Amino acid sequence: MTSRKIEIMVGFFIAAAIASFFMLAMSVSNMSSYAGGEQYVIKARFDNVGGLKVRSPVSAGGVTIGRVTDIQYNSKTYEAIVSMAIDAQYDKFPLDTAASILTSGLLGEQFVGFEPGAEEDFLKGGDTIDLTQSALVLEQVIGQFLYSKADDEE
Amino acid sequence: MVLFSGLLNKFQYLGAVTLHSFQRLGRGSLFLLEVLMGSANLFTRPMLLVKQLYAVGVQTLIIIIVAGLFVGMVMALQSYYALVDFGAEDSVGVMVALSLLRELGPVITALLFAGRAGSALTAEIGLMKATEQLSGMEMMAVNPMKRVIAPRFIAGFISMPLLATIFSAVGVMGAYLVAVEMLGLDSGSFWSQPQNTVDLYLDIYNGVIKSLVFGFVATWIAVFEGYDCIPTSEGLGQATTRTVVHSSLAILFLDFVLTALMFAK
Repeated sequence: MTSRKIEIMVGFFIAAAIASFFMLAMSVSNMSSYAGGEQYVIKARFDNVGGLKVRSPVSAGGVTIGRVTDIQYNSKTYEAIVSMAIDAQYDKFPLDTAASILTSGLLGEQFVGFEPGAEEDFLKGGDTIDLTQSALVLEQVIGQFLYSKADDEE
Repeated sequence: MVLFSGLLNKFQYLGAVTLHSFQRLGRGSLFLLEVLMGSANLFTRPMLLVKQLYAVGVQTLIIIIVAGLFVGMVMALQSYYALVDFGAEDSVGVMVALSLLRELGPVITALLFAGRAGSALTAEIGLMKATEQLSGMEMMAVNPMKRVIAPRFIAGFISMPLLATIFSAVGVMGAYLVAVEMLGLDSGSFWSQPQNTVDLYLDIYNGVIKSLVFGFVATWIAVFEGYDCIPTSEGLGQATTRTVVHSSLAILFLDFVLTALMFAK
């Protein structure tokens, strides 16, 4: 076989591999959600973040508007501080927006849900949300239920 | 006394086997070092590398594509039957994509690669040695490390991740054919669930890293066995067998180690 044919075949091979990689990256993985221009960071303080992880989604009205970028524990206030990167196009959240940690489905992944408030001013990058609701820890709920059940029967 | 010397013989055997293995390991490492140093030569003669990319990569492509397609289709069928009982058949896409990207893509590609390309490399280099072509080159002041071994080694190292990526992509398409076209699942949830779950860094890049490691080890074993074989027809056959067996075992073992390192929480 001539070297031209060999070079063409090798070229096809490498092009096919690059195309496969892009196909996997774009249509199978979450890369499309990385590619999102401008973002601003908002923090929120929670008593308990439950199973929330870095890269968990942040959603408002069921639409993903950003992702959790960092979770830290403040040992002075005994609270967890969650940093979230929100897409810049969603910059009209009132100052008294409430953040709560919700679960998709009964046993699904946990995410941060935003509930917009009524203030006139909007949250800016670096602001902290104070109105928060912690994660629902299933074991605690079951425990409380069992205790109240036991009280009823006495 | 007879008993004592019998015992000594056993110890001698054990010692000989151990020393022999270490000797081979040492020779293999020195060989690898020499190959890597000879690889710089390829920048001035890229045609050597292109020819080997054709022999090692392009000619392995067919078996990789066919295997990937069928593995993807079977995965889709099996996970559909398992998940439909729980009403979770929409997760077929994410299950197939994750298993292909994390495990099956790199591992099956590497095993097929060792069988198809690795054995061919060993046989080719071994026959060159047996027919004294390598010595002939040395006589002509051509370094066979630079001219014969290095292009084959680098070609294998480059080809493996490319083949594994193609395997995974074709597998996902095969799963799409079965899950959406044949079993009638919703094509929207087939794609959207992986997009929510599969992580570019954690899953795709780690799969590529795995296939790079497998390619390195499998090609190293293949070219070393060929270069180190006993130059007889019997020795050549044994070397080819050893290539396939050793590289398959090395791939499976390394896969466990890499998985434990990468996906440990």
